[in-house]
Amino acid sequence: MDLSSAGFGLAGGVLIGLSATLLMGLLGRIAGISGILSSALFERGGDRGWRLAFLLGLVSGPALLLLLGLDWGNVAPRGGVAALGSAVIGAPIAGTPTMLIAGLLVGLGTGLGSGCTSGHGVCGLARLSPRSMAATLVFVLVAMLTVFVSRYWLAGAP
Amino acid sequence: MKMLAGYLAGLLFGLGLAISGMTDPARVIGFLDVTGAWDPTLIFVLGGAVVTTFIGYRLVWRRQMPLLESRFQLPTRRDLDTRLLGGAALFGLGWGLSGYCPGPAVASLPGLSGPLAAFLVALVIGWWLARRLSPAH
Repeated sequence: MDLSSAGFGLAGGVLIGLSATLLMGLLGRIAGISGILSSALFERGGDRGWRLAFLLGLVSGPALLLLLGLDWGNVAPRGGVAALGSAVIGAPIAGTPTMLIAGLLVGLGTGLGSGCTSGHGVCGLARLSPRSMAATLVFVLVAMLTVFVSRYWLAGAP
Repeated sequence: MKMLAGYLAGLLFGLGLAISGMTDPARVIGFLDVTGAWDPTLIFVLGGAVVTTFIGYRLVWRRQMPLLESRFQLPTRRDLDTRLLGGAALFGLGWGLSGYCPGPAVASLPGLSGPLAAFLVALVIGWWLARRLSPAH
């Protein structure tokens, strides 16, 4: 990693923090992606509108960079999704069977554990919530262990 | 106005994910791969986001209520239970296998591919299952 990777990482992080602050200041809500999206899909009522609008905004962020042709920030060093002609969005590295299992685990886990990297990792840590600190510690350590086992044990030597 | 607030917050979040490189699963795996060619970018993203949110929340909480709603809705529980920690462990397993957590997976929709579509469909099924397994629903 070079200095610009750190800089763009920090800049992107600040934007995410501003998003969380905006959502709390205007609507009084935690910017937890798994909660917002699963509720938008599975709950009816007055909160569905802003949640769907959030989803649209989330997708239109990277889409805007693509439309403007801004290959800018920490773009994928391997070139990103080939059909886009851009490196703003990186290509998946796992195949479809692994991605199916992973998606199911991420959905089930963030549903049962009441949050993901944004709800627990960003908003929860900023609130100094002990539940979010514990959850973040667990999912980061388990993810590191998973990468270690799948890369170096199951797939053979690096 | 609430819709606009939601859209703007989502837009900032999506831009943040793209600019920081979190829409590239290889970079995320690079962070998780601590014994390999470690890529600390994610630390800077999370650090920048947590510090900004920490300051932003405290500024916003000086008011009695949010601008467009009548109250702040914050989680109140502080206890640790099996559901929280078990859920976090399952999430970590899926995150490590794919390099995707929910935000980047959804924000990557403009670059939809077969494997990503499979992940997103399974993600929604997982959320549905979790709701079926939760006593509150």
